[in-house]
Amino acid sequence: MCGIAGICLLRGRGSVSVETLSRMTGILRHRGPDESGIYVDDRVGLGHARLSIIDLAGGAQPIPNEDETLWIVFNGEIFNYPELRETLVYRGHRFRTSTDTEVILHLYEEKGSACLSELNGQFALAIWNSKAAELFLARDRAGIRPLHYVVTGDRLLFSSEIKSIFQDREIPRRFDPEGIDQVFTFWTTLPGKTVFDGVRELPPGHFMQVKYGDVHIQRFWDFPFRSPGDQLDWPLGKIVDTASELLLDSTRIRLRADVPVGCYLSGGLDSSIIATLVRRNFQNDLRTFGVRFDEERFDEGAHQATMVDHLGVHHSEVRVANREIGKHFPEVVWHCEKPILRTAPVPMFMLSDAVRRSGYKVVLTGEGADEIFGGYDIFLEALLRRFWSRQPDSRLRSLLVGKLYPDIFNDPRLQSTLQSFFRKGFERHDDPFYSHRLRWENTSRNRMFYSEEMKQATLGMDGLGELERCLPDDFPGWDPLAKAQYLEMVLFLGNYLLSSQGDRVAMAHSLEIRLPYLDYRLVGFMGRVPPKWKIFGMQEKYLLKKMYRDVIPESVIRRPKYPYRAPIAEGLLTGEQEEIRTALSDSAVKKAGVFDPKRISRLVEKVQRVGQASEVEGMAIAGIASTQILSRQFIEEFPVNGNISLSPTVFVDRRTNPAGWIPECSFTNT
Amino acid sequence: MGTGSNVAFEVHLSTIPTDMSNEAMGIRGVEGLDVLETIKTYVVENFLFGDDRRIGPATDFLENGILDSTGVLELVGFLEEKYGIRVEDEELVPGNMNSLEKITLYILKKTGKTHPA
Repeated sequence: MCGIAGICLLRGRGSVSVETLSRMTGILRHRGPDESGIYVDDRVGLGHARLSIIDLAGGAQPIPNEDETLWIVFNGEIFNYPELRETLVYRGHRFRTSTDTEVILHLYEEKGSACLSELNGQFALAIWNSKAAELFLARDRAGIRPLHYVVTGDRLLFSSEIKSIFQDREIPRRFDPEGIDQVFTFWTTLPGKTVFDGVRELPPGHFMQVKYGDVHIQRFWDFPFRSPGDQLDWPLGKIVDTASELLLDSTRIRLRADVPVGCYLSGGLDSSIIATLVRRNFQNDLRTFGVRFDEERFDEGAHQATMVDHLGVHHSEVRVANREIGKHFPEVVWHCEKPILRTAPVPMFMLSDAVRRSGYKVVLTGEGADEIFGGYDIFLEALLRRFWSRQPDSRLRSLLVGKLYPDIFNDPRLQSTLQSFFRKGFERHDDPFYSHRLRWENTSRNRMFYSEEMKQATLGMDGLGELERCLPDDFPGWDPLAKAQYLEMVLFLGNYLLSSQGDRVAMAHSLEIRLPYLDYRLVGFMGRVPPKWKIFGMQEKYLLKKMYRDVIPESVIRRPKYPYRAPIAEGLLTGEQEEIRTALSDSAVKKAGVFDPKRISRLVEKVQRVGQASEVEGMAIAGIASTQILSRQFIEEFPVNGNISLSPTVFVDRRTNPAGWIPECSFTNT
Repeated sequence: MGTGSNVAFEVHLSTIPTDMSNEAMGIRGVEGLDVLETIKTYVVENFLFGDDRRIGPATDFLENGILDSTGVLELVGFLEEKYGIRVEDEELVPGNMNSLEKITLYILKKTGKTHPA
């Protein structure tokens, strides 16, 4: 796990600034504090900040191939590297290290971009072919590791994080209203986009080739759902067995590391299963970590304790008090690099800190299970609304949605209003966004807080239309659950869960997360499993529960779905949250220009007066506060001349006329 | 939309945008206007945070995402306190609560200020 950065001259003019590249690499230090390296020639510079996990002594990057014409910087893990390596050695490749990184390089040497289909892992990588003058960038299938880029005039800059690209003083730093507007609709930007003007993200499952000034981007993988006629008609038992084998193997290869691997354990079903698989099959002395909340309605402590007792693991918990949400919020935003409409990333940020302090660099998590096995309320909600719409006047059917959200439906006074809400558009079965439209419409109510300027700038923007154009060709023929799963994976999973609540808050403390549920073999298999085995009647994740009924305590299997959330208004607006108050002040809001200062102060005043925030108000508070903080951190006060030092362990200088600034090196290899 | 049986008051609602038909609902009379203005002010302050351009007398709250479930309860709390009424569970239906007009008519009926046409 690491951070990567680079500069590529597109037209062969000028030179690569080693000073800029060093700054770009240096600011990624949290992603890779153990070592760093730089490669530079007349056309390209590559930077690497390393978190050593495999081949601790010999894995410093950039790494070349046998004749040193190919150079790689790599962030991530290839879990099937021993098997791939064996084949490559058999075919005559010579290895300098025992890393997974070098495996990619030799595989690329043989197969070019086709090598990606053989990699089972989570990665962002850059390979420079100095002979062919071609740069190759790629990002893993689900988007577990980030990769951003900017094309500016004669150069392409890329990096794991945007703050690294902004180290180049010529890159303008300003918001892209379209990106912000997408966040305030979908919770995230659409794939490829960021909230910063001109800064792009290589979408998950894509690679980029840069040659002779030409930038070519291509998809190599997409979430593989099948139309009903093309799904498995196996008996349930066979599906259970196959999925179980796949998840076990996926977990097994994710334990490959030269450092100890721990597990997150929330008390929910998904992480409980992973911890159980590890403890029962691979590690007797498993170490687990979980979040606890002071505020009872967010806390899952009882179930965590059940699992800890059941497995006999050495467990540590991080207790989160409301005031800590606000305290860490600005730093979390700095790492996420996009507005966040929830505060749930904050506890994960605190947890990664605690894990790292316990001496662990790697943990397995349960993320991804809800997406692939069908665990989200929004999936079931869409199925129930569809069912209800066939008999719109059925009282019984109208009550089903209430069963899904007992908390809000508990109040008899709200029954009728809520039913009207969920009825909205329920007859439009051919709507590609049937499952998500209500949610997005709700979120986009926050547009009312935009400034006049922002309203003008986003007038006529059509995120929904754009998203519709990106859907796979065979999408209309998929079953309703597959459609909902795909939307959830492409938007919320890729750009929020794996990013703001995943990579960014873990890497903030140099912690690598590994996600067994997102092994592409399992994802591919589940894409062929008929929807009835995912959600059976009203039982979500039916198949997953069936798979582990005998090894997970019944109370954990049977507990109602409990979405992981964290306090918003209580966390951000109460107590001594000076930085957040300042960010929401009239002058700061005016300065950033995105929102209307009057409306923001009314919102804050109201939420403080009422003492709680509604769903939409909560999103508004978190979304607006984080946008404001981003504006200050990345636009107004970005430390463009900040003191960033880098002492690379590897410095490869292949320039014809080495000139100018070079970093102070602890080791030089030319 | 309401029916003719609710027609009870008549005033010129010059301060309220006329793009949506309040004539159809037929809020007439000074008291009707007062109630409507009061509720409008409350909704604009508390749910639209000062933006009064988005709402007319017949604007559908649900359709336009003006209130969510928490908002409905806040609004009911306000109505009960302001007009000294009790909103019964079975009255809490979109037919009574889904626009400024509907709420106004409901309040007038509740407070006994409807004059038969």
